[in-house]
Amino acid sequence: MTLESQLPALQIVLPLFGALLCALLRSGSLAWLVALVVSLAMPVISALLLMQVQDGGFISYELGGWAPPWGIEYRIDVVGAYLVMLVSVIGALIMPYARASVAKEIDADKQAWFYTMYLLCLAGLLGIAITGDAFNIFVFMEISSLSTYVLIALGKDRRALLSAYQYLIMGTIGATFYVIGVGLLYAATGTLNLVELTARIAEIGPTRPVLAALAFLVVGISLKLALFPLHVWLPNAYTYSPSVVSAFLAATATKVAVYLYLRFLFSVFGVTVVFEGLPVPEIMLVLSIAAMFGASIVAVFQDDIKRMLAYSSVGQIGYITLGIGLANKMGLTGGVVHLINHAMMKGALFMAIGAVVYRIGSSKLDDLAGIGRKMPATTIVFALAGLSIIGTPGTVGFVSKWYLALGALDKGWWWLVFLLVASSLISMVYIGRVIEVVWFRPLRHTGPEVRDVPVSMLAPMAILAAATVYFGLDTSLTAGIARRAVDILLAGAP
Amino acid sequence: MSEDVSIFAVMLLPVAGAFLIALFHRQPNIREAVTLMTAGALALIVLSLVPEIYAGARPAADGFTILPGMEIAFRVEPLGMLFAMVASSLWVVNSIYSIGYMRGNNEHRQTMFYVCFAIAIAATMGVAFSANLITLFLFYEILTLSTYPLVTHKATEEAVRGGRIYLTILLGTSMVLFLPAIIWTYVLSGTMDFTPGGILAGKVGAPVAAVLLGLFVFGIGKAALMPFHFWLPAAMVAPTPVSALLHAVAVVKAGVFTVAKVVIYIFGPGFLSDTGAGEWLVFVAAFSLIAASLIAMTKDNLKARLAYSTVSQLAYVVLGASFANTMGLIGGGMQIAMHAAGKITLFFCAGAIYVATRKTEISDMAGIGRTMPVTMFAFLVGSLSIIGLPPLGGTWAKWFIAAGAIDAGQLFVIAVLIVSALLNIAYLLPIVVRGYMLPPPGMTRDAPVRIREAPFACVLALSVTALACVVLFFLAGAIEDLLAGAVSQTEPLRAGGG
Repeated sequence: MTLESQLPALQIVLPLFGALLCALLRSGSLAWLVALVVSLAMPVISALLLMQVQDGGFISYELGGWAPPWGIEYRIDVVGAYLVMLVSVIGALIMPYARASVAKEIDADKQAWFYTMYLLCLAGLLGIAITGDAFNIFVFMEISSLSTYVLIALGKDRRALLSAYQYLIMGTIGATFYVIGVGLLYAATGTLNLVELTARIAEIGPTRPVLAALAFLVVGISLKLALFPLHVWLPNAYTYSPSVVSAFLAATATKVAVYLYLRFLFSVFGVTVVFEGLPVPEIMLVLSIAAMFGASIVAVFQDDIKRMLAYSSVGQIGYITLGIGLANKMGLTGGVVHLINHAMMKGALFMAIGAVVYRIGSSKLDDLAGIGRKMPATTIVFALAGLSIIGTPGTVGFVSKWYLALGALDKGWWWLVFLLVASSLISMVYIGRVIEVVWFRPLRHTGPEVRDVPVSMLAPMAILAAATVYFGLDTSLTAGIARRAVDILLAGAP
Repeated sequence: MSEDVSIFAVMLLPVAGAFLIALFHRQPNIREAVTLMTAGALALIVLSLVPEIYAGARPAADGFTILPGMEIAFRVEPLGMLFAMVASSLWVVNSIYSIGYMRGNNEHRQTMFYVCFAIAIAATMGVAFSANLITLFLFYEILTLSTYPLVTHKATEEAVRGGRIYLTILLGTSMVLFLPAIIWTYVLSGTMDFTPGGILAGKVGAPVAAVLLGLFVFGIGKAALMPFHFWLPAAMVAPTPVSALLHAVAVVKAGVFTVAKVVIYIFGPGFLSDTGAGEWLVFVAAFSLIAASLIAMTKDNLKARLAYSTVSQLAYVVLGASFANTMGLIGGGMQIAMHAAGKITLFFCAGAIYVATRKTEISDMAGIGRTMPVTMFAFLVGSLSIIGLPPLGGTWAKWFIAAGAIDAGQLFVIAVLIVSALLNIAYLLPIVVRGYMLPPPGMTRDAPVRIREAPFACVLALSVTALACVVLFFLAGAIEDLLAGAVSQTEPLRAGGG
């Protein structure tokens, strides 16, 4: 048995054991070191996995040697590998950044716990994308959610506790809905393996239990991915959690939930059941458009940048679900590529604002007055990633929008093209507002400590910001993988 | 230098210049030398491409592929050649002027100013040489973004507000109207390449073409066609060199250039005139032309008056393009060059007056011609060129546009042109007359005055551009030959459906 064949397990086991080690170490710096080593190993493993499956194949790994459908199967195709890659790269970029930021924002005696929870969360998120078992997904979902509650609660602001509690309630409802859906599916088909499920559902067709399961699953997952109007937990959670957590969650957690959407809607239930028999596309479109406009408009009126970015995230998730709702090749490619594109830009934005918090201890817009001249590098990162949110050509945001627009025109919905571009105007307002304040207002926080952050924090966000431009000009990697993923997802379509 | 190397050099040189400018931010003399050398070298490279274009060659260079069907590529054709020539050669003059102006005013953050300026020029070159819509769009947006720091340079409340309007209208129109137009074109025709004869003929009917044309001309906010012209007066808070080169030449001309390019290479003049899909544009452009002139008359601030004058003059280019015939397009293209020389002269004069006297309002400028005779004479030359009197360059542009109007059977346009010329006289010449004839405030008619011109660099620059207005009068034939290459090429190919 070679090491290579164990890669799928290693992807999960490493962070799990890393978490255990961190908990035992009890020292913040040592725990960070462990988390760093694990986080840096993750992209290597996921790159190896992606290389094996990128031509359209898949890896099947029998956990504990039990053959499916009795045992749990880890099953990785290009869709899953794409997600695993995304999560692990973001994790690897966040960890070098985390040390300084965590040292500033979290009490020394809790830092080891922080890294423990972070690694657990990482393991959970990666697990969701790797496993091929519906119930195992639930287990990983709970691992990531429970650790996320703790991570959010570690925020300095006392409201962090309340936010964590709020998310706990909402997250638990979501998870419960999910498990009810899985239960119904199990009752109807007698299996939990996703591949088996696909085959059985195709046989028995859209019976009532299957449709009920679909409804429960969709609502449950929608809560997790903060689909408007089930997003209410997200703004508080992102605002009051430690900066590192906001950046990590914004870039990964909702994306993994979207992955579940893709998995269930397209693979398990299939395009025929979901998109032709039911009004799912209509519901999706309406909610997505509501998110694109509603959440973005709310973002304009926020006086805390983290909260503003959180609402912006809800709006941007609208673009992704819009692509799912379009469910044609171009539209879905736009949605899938926006998954990774949005991770890049929102990661960079949250890291940039985290850098400001590191220096002045506040993310209130008014406190940021004039800070652009003191922290020019951070401001450039914010501006670049912000341009990407707006969707200017030459950035990744433009690529997503382009595909989505082509998808809309494929259906002959030219009005949707105008909604798409109009909503990006709103993002221009909220990004431009921040730039104006940090650049043109007289400086509020003076003092020698207000300057650009150390390289360990600057480099990761600079890499992400540079990536938003690079992958806006050369999309062979991002959109290339997205196109292959979409081929697989739509393969079930007649 | 081989062709594609030249094409890339044209865009990379100003960017490299920007880096060097930033590098030498502590040595202003070296920094300014870098600007001047970059500008000079750029103009030479651009000029080196001219003979080939005359010979009928269309040098091209491929960049890279963003995604299937979306490529960054460049191709030099006559219209772009003319635009690049105008922008790059005036950048040289403008750099000389900037040095005098910025130092004379003790402006802050001069390095940032020169860096953004160089990037804006690089973007302008990209617009001029782009081979397809998406390349043009990319550089169009870079041009908007790189000029935003220039508009807000003064960092005052007013500058920030001006910058906000600037970004909102330019980015807004380009994203909400221009981008959908590009996507729609792509979906309809399967390509975004600028093709002689156009790519839409036979793909759409007249009503759809008319709507699409509307999305283009209003989406290209830089063309400042009413009602999307507000950004231009707002942008006048920028330092005068910015108003002069960018908001009288590079940025606004990028707008009308794009309109002309879309008419010639996307719709195809033949397709537009056959279907009549562009006829409504004649009226919109004519309205913008007259209305802006009327507003200009009410402005007492010199730069604001010049800005509205620009709005009006830009409408000439759109008007010429809207006829979709050879004469009109040659006239429109020529107006890009002629108006550039005239308007940059006027802005240079406005800036020189500000540096020397701190005056910005026309009512304060009585007698200014006595203390600044050279500047005021250049202002007179520039004004006459804008009005369109021989022997100045502006004459020919109006001539061809009038010819185009007759060819297109839009005879009312002749009346519009005459009224407009009269309006130009009414809002430009009184400035000169009051400058020379009235005594400076607080002085009697015969009192001796001391001549106090702006710094030498400013005076030199404005004299050069005033001279250029005269020279262009005699170069009109050469420009016509050049543009005929773009326009005539489209006619035979049209029969083949492009």
